[in-house]
Amino acid sequence: MKKNIGSASLNPARTRHGLTVIAVLIVLILIVFMISVNTGHIRLTPLELLRTLFGQGTDKQELILFDFRLPRIVIAVLIGAGLAVSGAVMQGVFRNALADPGILGINAGAGLMVMLLVSFYPTTSAAPVYVLPLVAFVGAGCTAALIYALAYKRHQGISPIRLLLTGVAVAAGMSAAMIVLTLRLDPDKYQFVATWLAGSIWGTSWKFVLSLLPWIVILLPYIIYKARVMNVLHLGEHTATGLGAAVTREQFRLLAAAVGLAAASVAVSGGIGFVGLVGPHLARRLVGPQHQLMLPASALLGSLLVITADMIGRWILQPSEIPTGIVVAVIGAPYFLYLLARTKS
Amino acid sequence: MNQQVTPGIGLHKKKGKAQLSSRPWAATLVLVGGLALLVLGLAISVSFGAADIKLSVVWAAVFHFNPDLTDHQIIRELRLPRVLGGAMIGASFAVAGAIMQGMTRNPLADSGLMGINSGAGFALAVCFAFFPNLSFMYLIMYSFLGAGLGAGIVYGVGSMAQGGLTPARLVLAGAAFSALLSALSEGIALYFKIGQDLAFWYAGGVAGIKWFQLKIMFPWVAVAILGAIALSRSITMLSLGDDIAKGLGQRTGLVKLAGALIVLVLAGASVAVVGAVGFIGLIIPHLTRYIVGVDYRWIIPCSAILGSLLAVFADLAARMVNPPAETPLGAIIALIGVPFFLYLARKERREL
Repeated sequence: MKKNIGSASLNPARTRHGLTVIAVLIVLILIVFMISVNTGHIRLTPLELLRTLFGQGTDKQELILFDFRLPRIVIAVLIGAGLAVSGAVMQGVFRNALADPGILGINAGAGLMVMLLVSFYPTTSAAPVYVLPLVAFVGAGCTAALIYALAYKRHQGISPIRLLLTGVAVAAGMSAAMIVLTLRLDPDKYQFVATWLAGSIWGTSWKFVLSLLPWIVILLPYIIYKARVMNVLHLGEHTATGLGAAVTREQFRLLAAAVGLAAASVAVSGGIGFVGLVGPHLARRLVGPQHQLMLPASALLGSLLVITADMIGRWILQPSEIPTGIVVAVIGAPYFLYLLARTKS
Repeated sequence: MNQQVTPGIGLHKKKGKAQLSSRPWAATLVLVGGLALLVLGLAISVSFGAADIKLSVVWAAVFHFNPDLTDHQIIRELRLPRVLGGAMIGASFAVAGAIMQGMTRNPLADSGLMGINSGAGFALAVCFAFFPNLSFMYLIMYSFLGAGLGAGIVYGVGSMAQGGLTPARLVLAGAAFSALLSALSEGIALYFKIGQDLAFWYAGGVAGIKWFQLKIMFPWVAVAILGAIALSRSITMLSLGDDIAKGLGQRTGLVKLAGALIVLVLAGASVAVVGAVGFIGLIIPHLTRYIVGVDYRWIIPCSAILGSLLAVFADLAARMVNPPAETPLGAIIALIGVPFFLYLARKERREL
């Protein structure tokens, strides 16, 4: 593969190709959005959808669209983008093709806090529903901070390998703690926690959209703005330092942004783990390694993956649902394996 | 795509020149001292439990068994298989991890890597959901089959790719396929509400190990560990990189295939019996390399000893933490392993 990473200007042919890919992805997302709105117990045809969007629908149609379907789909789009870009940043900063939010202990931290809350909460009534995303967010953030603190060394700052190893270790510790808690939960609570951990989008009202939106709206453009920095970092620490990048500071900023994105997403969606791994890989294959194109493509691919998975999860076993995280893995993994087997290195 | 998996293990940079170092004296010390400690640990572990049994009785139960004595029965039927099983799985996870880390040159490799844990887990989920009354014997067989299937597909997909099987590709295929299999098991577990049973198995426990399981497992594990030792020289060369290994006259494809088979047997058999005790395979090879250097002829036997030490003492701890309830072995090992791993990560020697 040609390595022209870090060069200031993009190859025009490649840019054109990348923009085409991005346009196609947007169209695909719109199509899936239409189908998704039409999926469920009560169906809304594209025509009815348009009419309802412009305020011409019946009360029932408005209720379904605005109160049930739309917030959920918007959340799916947001967390898909958030998780994928978070994974892209981590893969770029660690220069490790396997990095994703899960590896920094984000999922484990959030999961542990959720499990603690549930196991000490007397019932699984509706009450924790609004507290849970908050708790998950705190857990994810604290875990990331803990890992960063443990991996930080004075005078040396953060080395990607050390951070990665620390992340793996802390995540393993948290998973172990979770297993111990798991065995003590009563079966009802266990079922609840397991569903959460399997990655079901369950914030389905505008309230959750509002809690998620600021993170995405601020951090996503910030990271895309840093695309050129990421191109340079991707050359390796020594080269990047030689090129004049403040490596440690940039790494910290980018990682903090990535953690913010992932924590906010995991808080609303539970452990949807695969998006952060597969989104950036697909994006790299489709538009190349330049982050200016790769990051937006990752975001769109992540969104596409999650809304498709969410739609399928609602549709297959109606009226019950399959957690989105499971569907994401079932769609994403075979395609990923196919790509892996098909392409040259 | 970027394929930078963390750089190779085992190279010291000294005065600008790459140099291999190994410490045979330290290794011999580990082997002899470790073996002594292991015997001690086994003895303590056998005598300790809900019924405390004197060491002299343990001795008598082992060498002059009298079926009329309850203590002798407890030792023979419950404690011994459990303790020996613990030692055995500790050794096999550790050796499997060492081989994988050496062959793939990836310091994070363990039996989770090749889809072995998730393959076995998936097979178990299927068994629990669809054949709830399956005997333990068949359960083991199926989960062994699942482990093999997982590893086979990961290895197959990895090598189907044009340009051959690179470490990065193997790891990626492993991660993707593991994600798929765990998702499917999760789905099955949620749908049939068997998650907690599965979680208990998956957490890893040696409490239920019986003689018949050991009898099935032991020949496999023994042959595989001997095979690993026989292969160790080639693994050392592979750990320097494929090109160097080829340059030194290695038939890398053959070595990798043999290594993969050994890993499959070791990890598959262990996962089938105690569930996913992943941390041993990750951490023991690091510790061993840290002590004995980079020569796999030392690393592999020392890993086996240290792995079984860890498993035996962790099992002891698992019974002491919260008696009479058992704490899952996997959780205890993670508890021991995490701080140690953090320490290693901070030291950040070249070996990591």
